[in-house]
Amino acid sequence: MKIEIKNGRLIHSTTEPAPSRNENASLYIDNGSIASIGEAPEGFVADKVIDAAGKIVCPGLVDLCARLREPGFEYRATLESEMRAAVAGGVTSLVCPPDTDPVLDEPGLVEMLKRRATMANLARVYPLGALTLGLKGEKLAEMTELHEAGCVGFFQADHPIRDTMVLYRAMQYAATFGYTVWLRPQEAYLAADGIAHDGEVATRLGLAGIPVSAETVAIAAITTLMRETGAKVHLARLSSAAGVDLVRRAKADGLPMTCDVGIHHLLLTDRDIGYFNSQYRFTPPLRSMADRDALSRGLVDNTIDAICSDHTPHDDDAKHVPFGEAEAGATALETLLALTLKWADTQQVPLPFALQKITADPARVVGLNAGQLKVGAPADVCIFNPQAFWVVAGQTLMSQGKNTPYLSCELQGKVTHTLVNGQLVFPG
Amino acid sequence: MLTVNPQLTADKKLKHLLTTEGLPKKLIEQILETADQFVSVGDREVKKVPLLRGKSVFNLFFENSTRTRTTFEIAAKRLSADVINLNINASSASKGESLLDTIDNLAAMNADMFIVRHAQSGAPHLIAQHVKSGIAVINAGDGRHAHPTQGLLDMYTIRHYKKSFHNLSVAIVGDILHSRVARSGIHALTTLGCPDVRVIGPATLIPTEVSRMGVSVHHDMHRGLEGVDVVMMLRLQNERMSGPLLPSAHEFFKNYGLNAEKLSRAKPDAIVMHPGPMNRGVEIESGIADGRQSVILPQVTFGIAVRMAVMAMVTGN
Repeated sequence: MKIEIKNGRLIHSTTEPAPSRNENASLYIDNGSIASIGEAPEGFVADKVIDAAGKIVCPGLVDLCARLREPGFEYRATLESEMRAAVAGGVTSLVCPPDTDPVLDEPGLVEMLKRRATMANLARVYPLGALTLGLKGEKLAEMTELHEAGCVGFFQADHPIRDTMVLYRAMQYAATFGYTVWLRPQEAYLAADGIAHDGEVATRLGLAGIPVSAETVAIAAITTLMRETGAKVHLARLSSAAGVDLVRRAKADGLPMTCDVGIHHLLLTDRDIGYFNSQYRFTPPLRSMADRDALSRGLVDNTIDAICSDHTPHDDDAKHVPFGEAEAGATALETLLALTLKWADTQQVPLPFALQKITADPARVVGLNAGQLKVGAPADVCIFNPQAFWVVAGQTLMSQGKNTPYLSCELQGKVTHTLVNGQLVFPG
Repeated sequence: MLTVNPQLTADKKLKHLLTTEGLPKKLIEQILETADQFVSVGDREVKKVPLLRGKSVFNLFFENSTRTRTTFEIAAKRLSADVINLNINASSASKGESLLDTIDNLAAMNADMFIVRHAQSGAPHLIAQHVKSGIAVINAGDGRHAHPTQGLLDMYTIRHYKKSFHNLSVAIVGDILHSRVARSGIHALTTLGCPDVRVIGPATLIPTEVSRMGVSVHHDMHRGLEGVDVVMMLRLQNERMSGPLLPSAHEFFKNYGLNAEKLSRAKPDAIVMHPGPMNRGVEIESGIADGRQSVILPQVTFGIAVRMAVMAMVTGN
């Protein structure tokens, strides 16, 4: 299949040697790869021409945290529904956390997930294996076996390891083989039963607080153990200004650390909870305006490597309960791009840089050959209309989860085409 | 995000009572004035007025409380309503029924009003947003968030003894962190123009950034009570008396229990309040609880009138 994407504005920004682009040019795809940019290859006859006039052509998005809910939570979402959501949102590579049921702690489950994903033939799926068996924080999972089955790293998801010795050993063991340890920095006891950022809003609403120290104490422990073990660590979902400062210092010291932030944490604060609106319950919690602004600055100075959707689809019942009983998180694969554009717009960040944070940079974190528009690379491409407005509505979201704070909101920037491996997967 | 105050109608009348926060000053004053008219009902031989005749009031207590439930029941009965008491701990919730399913079922029985107590902050808000118009929701205490009828009866009591809020100093003492009574009191006091609200307790029991609610924080009770007109003591739950928050009930009483010596720092005519039930010897010395400055029992009496006023107003009377 030969595809020509013409008249579009190609945007591709990277910190790597590959040249960045921001130009009107045609993209030629042949046999799943990018064959040429600008000039058609000799004798190229397109089977399909996509006119991208007025649109932006960028690498397919790479999402560092998307819950597909399989196995185990099919009542909330299925692989099929969430992969359709992904490609509708321009996301072509998905890193999936192991917090499924059963937990992704054995190779058979990982192989099954990968097989199911391949059969769906939509986005690419990169599972993270569980760092410890059952995510219980007690015994190590079989990392080598899981790695061979296709896991790109090892994650504790939202189940922080309480026993610091287990964390130390897990990092030591992972470092032996050069595996990256993914950790969401949260000290279990300080977070305990907390449900909202420990600040004025939680005090006013009478919600148990999660102090910033739950994040900073964890980061301090992790960086200390990194120095001792030499482990590579990816910190998932920073939430606080103080946390960003600690990561900035760790990186300045040369520690092999990367980190990400959830898109909602760049746009929302605890004040948005209003009168106990459970759509605003997140893990980690939405924090103060000062924290939100520090996260933005951290992205801009590359302390934070990437933005992720932290896609967490729920059934309606999970949110139609009191705030403290509501499940945390939002469906976000389909809003990731538009919300990133919104962030770039409000922060006056150049568009190529914002796109880099959801393409080339997350790909670099995982070591994927993705997130770039370069000759020879797999043709994973997202085409979007930056001017198009659309309303987030339950009926039109592909994701089985309709839980998002942006329900009924109008967003700008709509994906029109998504290609994975040179195949048009959206519109399907 | 712009959100309309869910407890008011478009023309700023009381639709639900969920919290004292954001209640207009005029409306609070109107509740207190309406309560004035109901205080005397309790002294009559026939303690009833027919304002809520034919209305069904459901006492929905997802958390046990005999006392508060009883005061609501008495208030509703004095207004001639039919009262149905449901102790949900023992029924549907334990069978796995969701909160909103329970509400839908009771609404289908033509409920006019839900009096809700729930362990989760915000549960009455959820119910108020869910029920069809014409059903009123009154918060009888949700988690740490609010206990607005208690806050209002405390205001009624203060007004009764002190007449005006404009030159008052009020101290709230004890477990502020977990107290819905404290939060409701603070919002009502600041709305009514009380210029000096102090919270007193150890740092472990003072919520983060509480000063943003318009109060000053004191850890030394002697200094905190200096010159106050009103001392509001709070209940300390048994399970918090020893552990990471406090070493012992004994030490709590030593530092923050109200005794004659500490009370002597307040104005000579200061009143002493407590929402009950009291832990004598933990929050308050018996001699003070029963002493001349104590208005703890009048609080209970006024509570019924205030609850009658709120019930009458949310049903459009």
